[in-house]
Amino acid sequence: MVPIDPRGALIVEATFNSIIAAAAPLIIASMGETITEKSGVINLSLEGSIRLSAMTAFAVAFWVGNALAGFAVAAIVGALIAAIIAYSSIGLKLNQIAVGFVLTLLAIDLASFLGDSFVGERGPRVPPLPIPFLSDIPFIGKVLFDHNLVVYASYVAIGATWWFFYRTKPGLTLQGIGERPEAAFARGIAVNELRFWYTVLGGAMVGIAGAAYSLDVKLGWRETLTLNLGWIALAMVIFGGWHPLRVAFGAYLFGALQVLAFQLQDVFPGVSQVLPIAPFPLMILALVFVYSPWFRQLGSKFPRMRNLLGSEAPAAIGTVFERE
Amino acid sequence: MALEIRDIHKYFGPVRASDGVSFTIESGTLHGILGENGAGKSTLMKILSGFYEADSGEVVLDGEVLDLRSPADAIEAGIGMLHQDPLVFLPFSVLDNFVLGSPGGIHLDRSEAQSELARVSADLGFHFDPAVAAGDLTVGERQQLAITRLMWLGAKVLIFDEPTTGISATQRVQLFTTLKRLAQDGLIVLFVSHKLEEVEELCDSVTVIRQGKVVYEADMPVPSETLVAEMFGKIFVQEDHASIETGAPLLVCRDLVLDEGTTHIEALDFEIASGEVVGLAGLEGSGQRTLLRACAGLIDPTGGTLTVDGTDLTGASYRDHLHAGVHYLPAGRLEEGLVEGISIAEHLVLVSDDASFFIDWKKAEEVATKEIDEYSIKGRPDSNAETLSGGNQQRLLLAMIPDEVRLLLLEHPTRGLDVESAAYVWTRLLERRERGTSIMFASADLDELLRYSDRIVVFFGGDIFAVRDAAETDGEELGYLIGGKERV
Repeated sequence: MVPIDPRGALIVEATFNSIIAAAAPLIIASMGETITEKSGVINLSLEGSIRLSAMTAFAVAFWVGNALAGFAVAAIVGALIAAIIAYSSIGLKLNQIAVGFVLTLLAIDLASFLGDSFVGERGPRVPPLPIPFLSDIPFIGKVLFDHNLVVYASYVAIGATWWFFYRTKPGLTLQGIGERPEAAFARGIAVNELRFWYTVLGGAMVGIAGAAYSLDVKLGWRETLTLNLGWIALAMVIFGGWHPLRVAFGAYLFGALQVLAFQLQDVFPGVSQVLPIAPFPLMILALVFVYSPWFRQLGSKFPRMRNLLGSEAPAAIGTVFERE
Repeated sequence: MALEIRDIHKYFGPVRASDGVSFTIESGTLHGILGENGAGKSTLMKILSGFYEADSGEVVLDGEVLDLRSPADAIEAGIGMLHQDPLVFLPFSVLDNFVLGSPGGIHLDRSEAQSELARVSADLGFHFDPAVAAGDLTVGERQQLAITRLMWLGAKVLIFDEPTTGISATQRVQLFTTLKRLAQDGLIVLFVSHKLEEVEELCDSVTVIRQGKVVYEADMPVPSETLVAEMFGKIFVQEDHASIETGAPLLVCRDLVLDEGTTHIEALDFEIASGEVVGLAGLEGSGQRTLLRACAGLIDPTGGTLTVDGTDLTGASYRDHLHAGVHYLPAGRLEEGLVEGISIAEHLVLVSDDASFFIDWKKAEEVATKEIDEYSIKGRPDSNAETLSGGNQQRLLLAMIPDEVRLLLLEHPTRGLDVESAAYVWTRLLERRERGTSIMFASADLDELLRYSDRIVVFFGGDIFAVRDAAETDGEELGYLIGGKERV
């Protein structure tokens, strides 16, 4: 047996720890968008929402001197933007993509305009909170349980979204309104009302993800802070097949390659530039695999695997439901 | 218990879909609602199931006036509806489809739901694999699933809207057995159909609806001719028929097999002589439209051959059909025939054979003015297609037909047109026939079929059910044939 180099083990531990931490905002944002899209609405404004909420979160936390206040206001900002999308698509029957795109641009500009005076300031940060006992478990404790509330919230987001979708009645109804709203309506479900609230809920989670950036991951406000996190979250939802566990897997893979790229930039400067975009070709290959006839044969033998890997877009995504 | 419908009115713009409908059904009855396409049956059922709100009138169940504002209200009152296309969630499992939308708390107890599904379905004589996706079920099985669900939710009134569309003969037998069972168990079962034979086979009583009004109510059995007369109204006037010289066969179909959605046509042998006018009769979805679209080159035949004037066009593109002199006028004038947002002049430019790259607007306007005059279109060269009335849209479509056409295919050529426009359309069409053009048209208007066709082909369930010389049949017989019955 090769003796384990204690220093190497520590590096591996720290690497996994930072992957988990780096992925947390992406996880929260993409879970929020998964919920929204599963109900049939596309909130395309994610990039703008995240930037504006990151900026307001920092501003509020800076004034109040309390990170939690920043998170609360960020959630409200995200929810408000989502409410605009929901109202214009459900109430005014406007095109969700167009409205989402315009809001993205508007929120990005608003964030850099309003946030200008905060650039370079130092604000409060989310305090670390190792979970007693659990964080003492060798390796796993350090990787999973030596974090702060934001990271724990990302775990809860994954578990709760999965549980809600697949183990509760309202979760099944949520999937129904995104799949075939007229059938849901025929069963007495208030389709548009639910869609509105799920869009707002998803938006609030996106807002929290924004705050996680300025108050935890990167600390402080500057325009390039969130590194296109919103667009990446939108892509994650699609590549993750609208399934919370697959979306989370994609987000962690993305986080891992980002961290690796950062750590390897001195050793292999060329490779480290390619690594952060590697998840996308991988996911496209995974999709090609999932849609192949070979996979369909396999899926008929293992229905559980088919459900996890082969889940598809909600059939009514992006459409307006009108009672005849 | 009784379901009472009192003076229901529902207007869509100027259309009176329900115009003072009243009737009463006692529990334990299998009640037929009979009427032709567009008579107002579906509107009424959608009011009962909460999809539409009535403009006025009341629905009373078991002595209680119901406040039906949404399907949720109807379900709570115990009224369940089975839609023509069963509203299931295709990728979800049978079990999830069963339980989705059911009342109760947050917790989804699948094992309890599964035993409920097993219990209720066994009661009804159905069997499901709860793990299978609903999309893998046949239409008949989806219907059974929907029935099971509604019974589980405690439905007292069940509405079946054209439930035999798209299901197999065996499933139909099974469905009818179930319907009879449900009525015997004390439910109120409404069977909505335009198929005479089904209502006669199944129902205890019947209400006939025509143009949004109840025109006839009776306990079954009732002589078929009475039902036919009430369904279509007594408007069967026989016109004198111009005899024609039948030329050589122009369109020849041999063993043609066609599939479009749920419509399947098997081994069709069919000919049209040049200069002949053939009317296609039948309920919607019986195969007329599929045949028209196949002849136009919009559907590729799954088998057999299709030739026009000796040229084999089997599987050829729409463009090749056009070149062979086949022209199709769809029923959806604005949806399929014209382009919204562009003008009369622009439409005529689109179909002109002028090969130059640039548009000569001056010439285009001259052409448009000429065609507007020739076809008496009420509009200007710059009027957009969607601003024209239905009749003027049809005139524009006529103006767009090229001069050398061998076969004209028309779907409901005068649907929605006033009498004058309809007559005008036919005058122009018959002019073409003088020049040797053959015409094949589908229509739901028996008068139109009898007046203008040389031969009438009646479709039923994807087959040619009967072929009649227009001069030797009448509206009453057609009514029977369309319903899938020979005149007794």
